[in-house]
Amino acid sequence: MKLKSRDILALEEMPREDVELILDTAGSMKEIIYRPIKKVPTLRGKTVVTLFYEASTRTRTSFELAAKYMSADTVSIATATSSVQKGETLKDTARTLRVMGSDCVIMRHPVSGSCHFLARVLDVPVINGGDGMHEHPTQGLLDMFTMRERKGRLEGLRVAIIGDVYHSRVARSNIWGLKKMGASVVVCGPATLLPPEIEKMGAEATSRVEEAVKDADVVMVLRLQLERQQRGLFPSAREYSRLWGITRERLDLAKPDALLMHPGPMNRGIEISSEVADSPQSTIEDQVTNGVAVRMAILYLLLGGGEEK
Amino acid sequence: MVTEKARIMDEEAMRRAITRIAHEILEKNKGIEGLVLVGIRRRGVPLAERLAAQIEAIEGGRVPVGSLDITLYRDDLTLRSDHPVVHRTEVPFGIQGRKVVLVDDVLYTGRTVRAALDAIMDLGRPALIQLAVLIDRGHRELPIRADYVGKNVPTSRREIIHVKLGETDDEDAVIIEEVS
Repeated sequence: MKLKSRDILALEEMPREDVELILDTAGSMKEIIYRPIKKVPTLRGKTVVTLFYEASTRTRTSFELAAKYMSADTVSIATATSSVQKGETLKDTARTLRVMGSDCVIMRHPVSGSCHFLARVLDVPVINGGDGMHEHPTQGLLDMFTMRERKGRLEGLRVAIIGDVYHSRVARSNIWGLKKMGASVVVCGPATLLPPEIEKMGAEATSRVEEAVKDADVVMVLRLQLERQQRGLFPSAREYSRLWGITRERLDLAKPDALLMHPGPMNRGIEISSEVADSPQSTIEDQVTNGVAVRMAILYLLLGGGEEK
Repeated sequence: MVTEKARIMDEEAMRRAITRIAHEILEKNKGIEGLVLVGIRRRGVPLAERLAAQIEAIEGGRVPVGSLDITLYRDDLTLRSDHPVVHRTEVPFGIQGRKVVLVDDVLYTGRTVRAALDAIMDLGRPALIQLAVLIDRGHRELPIRADYVGKNVPTSRREIIHVKLGETDDEDAVIIEEVS
């Protein structure tokens, strides 16, 4: 088996077979995370670089652990303390990493499309760890993996994505991925936080949370990105919470066995109530574990083999 | 082209070989105390199950059976353009201090067994590891020898040994094929 994609940049362009191969492989990888000795030798001698132009703990740690569990070496570059501060361009930074012998670069960048640019200048696989407001493909894959694990399928699921869809690369990756796998998606949030083109992506849109949640198999709550809210796209966190926050009563409108998901970190009491975040329906901790398994699968499939050189 | 050259085992011969190995395992380990069987995916797993059933028939006690996927332990990944599919390792019991019998269908270069030994060690520290194979076809590249062998089959490297099991294929048989 082999991935058709050379890089993991966006779920919009990823073939369906690749999504399936990654999800299937992640199922086998998950067992390793629960072992007393979490280490297999499969990527011994490979070097994985995480190049993060934006703050992140969860995604970067998840990638690093995934690489380490498979015996790859990892180097992490936080640009705040690197030569980027001296004015080095992305292209030069990337080329420097390449000639130092890195076998894969994982990048997070505030500019949409920057990972595509990087993939064009590098001859090693590039993984998008989140590019601006565009996509966060590995998060989309781990969310789909979690849904498939709990529900046994993706086809025919009704997924409600609630919150700041406009700024959310997680929402975009999930919409592309879920549509590709045969699920239906409804997005919901304040009208100012719903992108105008969203219906072209194949998702329904509504501003009424009750309507979105009704009969959903999965309720995915997005983090209210307070750091991106300087322009005043909604009146106040308090009002947001009252109109769109996911509470017990609202979650009860979904199917009785509906899953509650959140990509983290959560603003408890704003977009999600503590009561539902800690309920048995919540998959929030599973999502974190599954994130490592999915990233192990991706690294294995991108780096595990290749033509003999 | 691949042509069938000889059938060296049928259902009956396979049953007898498994029965004999089960007796040998019990004799060497003096019963089933602390014994576990671990099949190497894929065909080692049904063989381990059959051995466990046979041991139970003789001794009256059940031996735990696990399955081991060694894909992530292979040393030839970078030589391949295709990725072997990773299957799940399922060893739902402790390995620590147990007597582990690894089970596989064919012993050839020894590289699969080496990978399996690494994989087992990562799950814990067994008291000892033994190796049971249905067919030993020679051509070892590593210093590995089986403790229990169903049948020794001297082969040329051009030949392919094909073990078929009812659980994964349509019949029980061992066939030698030749690539021409």
